[in-house]
Amino acid sequence: MGKTLAEKILSENSGVDAQAGDIVIAKVDLAFLQNGTGPLALRQLPASGLDRVANPERVIFFLDHAAPSPSRELSNDHLILRDFATRSGAQLCDIGEGICHQLIVESYANPGEVIVGADSHTVTAGALGAFATGMGSTDVAIAIALGKTWLRVPESFRVVVSGSFEKGVYAKDLMLHLIGSIGADGATYRSLEFCGETVEKMSMSERFTLANMAVEAGAKAGLFPSDETTHRYLESRGRGDKFRAVGPDPDANYEQIIEINVAGLEPTVSMPHSVDKIALAKELKGERIQQVFIGTCTNGRLYDFAVAAAILKVKRRYPATRLIIAPASREVLIQAMAFGYIQTFLEVGAVLLPPGCGACVGVHQGVLGDGERCLSTANRNFRGRMGNPEAFIYLGSPATAAATAIAGEIIDPREML
Amino acid sequence: MLRARAFKFGDNISTDDITPGRWFHLRSNLPELAKHLMEDVDPSFASRVKPGDFIVAGKNFGLGSSREHAAVIIKMAGVSAILAKSAARIFFRNAINVGLPLLICDTDRIGDGDELEVDLEGGRVRDITNGAELPLGKFPDVMLRILEEGGLIPYIKKYGDFEIRS
Ligand code: SF4
Repeated sequence: MGKTLAEKILSENSGVDAQAGDIVIAKVDLAFLQNGTGPLALRQLPASGLDRVANPERVIFFLDHAAPSPSRELSNDHLILRDFATRSGAQLCDIGEGICHQLIVESYANPGEVIVGADSHTVTAGALGAFATGMGSTDVAIAIALGKTWLRVPESFRVVVSGSFEKGVYAKDLMLHLIGSIGADGATYRSLEFCGETVEKMSMSERFTLANMAVEAGAKAGLFPSDETTHRYLESRGRGDKFRAVGPDPDANYEQIIEINVAGLEPTVSMPHSVDKIALAKELKGERIQQVFIGTCTNGRLYDFAVAAAILKVKRRYPATRLIIAPASREVLIQAMAFGYIQTFLEVGAVLLPPGCGACVGVHQGVLGDGERCLSTANRNFRGRMGNPEAFIYLGSPATAAATAIAGEIIDPREML
Repeated sequence: MLRARAFKFGDNISTDDITPGRWFHLRSNLPELAKHLMEDVDPSFASRVKPGDFIVAGKNFGLGSSREHAAVIIKMAGVSAILAKSAARIFFRNAINVGLPLLICDTDRIGDGDELEVDLEGGRVRDITNGAELPLGKFPDVMLRILEEGGLIPYIKKYGDFEIRS
């Protein structure tokens, strides 16, 4: 019997012939923490009697979830990570570098690796053909100490994508549509393996968006075979030598096959307070929006900014709708400046946040007021997510977000193209 | 055998519901963080829950963020087990890792405030209030052994490594 991509990578990393349902002990190639989950993890290390770091070159701490720190407490949490990195030789990405998942794909992750991060969107690196999965602080602490972890090899859903996107429709719309159809727990414990002609033609940026939101359907991983696009991406990041072709066997056993033709897909929006509660953007026309947020590990990349800037360039922002921009990384910011996107955003009155999580997690910067509605390019819209349980969050693509900032209400971005 | 009262919640209780992001700065101060447990879902929960009580929820309990603090403060509040129709995977691991039993059963048959008897070894729950007998789902041996040791830290302290037989 052939193997799925998850079975292949986990077999290789555990040295056993692993099949869905097996429990394996896998070598961890890369482990990381962020400032929200890191302090608890680092306190667990001495408690476990394993006050060591197996492979400090491949252990990374990110100060991204409150960066720069808005409070004394969080500054002290930052200190814990900085101090531990200094002592142990682990790598530190300090404030302003960007969001952990973006930096992981820009600088660290490679095809065929097993990656664990103390953050649920660790799945993003699955777009590069790595088995990347989120865990809690204690699990990652032990992975840091031992250089390995236990994993149940997941069953897999094969997601076969065909057809061409219409103008104004993006990977984000596809993912919201998919989660809307299978539900927020539709892929719990499973690995989602993306393939098909549309996926083959897709840019890395769009693949990251899909992989990133796999966890929003409950998935353990969102995997892509590595191909020429992956190779070129790694080359552009100075890691061409790390490229390996990984993919499932043609006769792999999938629990379910989901076929999606994107040709008829329309701009899609998740409604409060659940990612799987979807509607078409055009059906929500007239829904007033007070804040638009473009950023996050889902849609804060250069490509996303290019899409948004193209729409905002020719129109004026609706005066009563705030626009907040947070680049996913410092590099995204530098490039977006070079291409003039940041100029465009600022000219329409946007507020530029430092690279990082910014408004996404409700810690600081962009917290909503009571009764306010936000259209965000993020991945989740749970009640209270942006710091206020009395506020409402809608999720959409960067194009839908930009068009909404102009209209002041949710709108199908194709009306602005 | 655990015996206590059920606090019933619905489907899709997220880790943002359990410990909202606006209390992010309290994560290194767990007793303070615990005061806000579930406050957007049930503002009085943290003050009403008694040691030993059960959280009983619908499907997909603990979805969303990986914040282990969610499981930690549920345990700190004295909750002896979570019963749910299903649980999100990161939360599931976190609960077991902190030594908090997360048990899968048909919670539709349990009412808010019901008196429950949970038999971990026997793998069943009895709702004393309405007489329902509910079998518990099985979980992997490795999780059972981590739970038996009281969590991943005591487990690793004892064995120094993962001891997994398949
Ligand atoms: S941008 Fe949002 S979803 Fe992504 S890592 Fe940061 S807080 Fe999490």
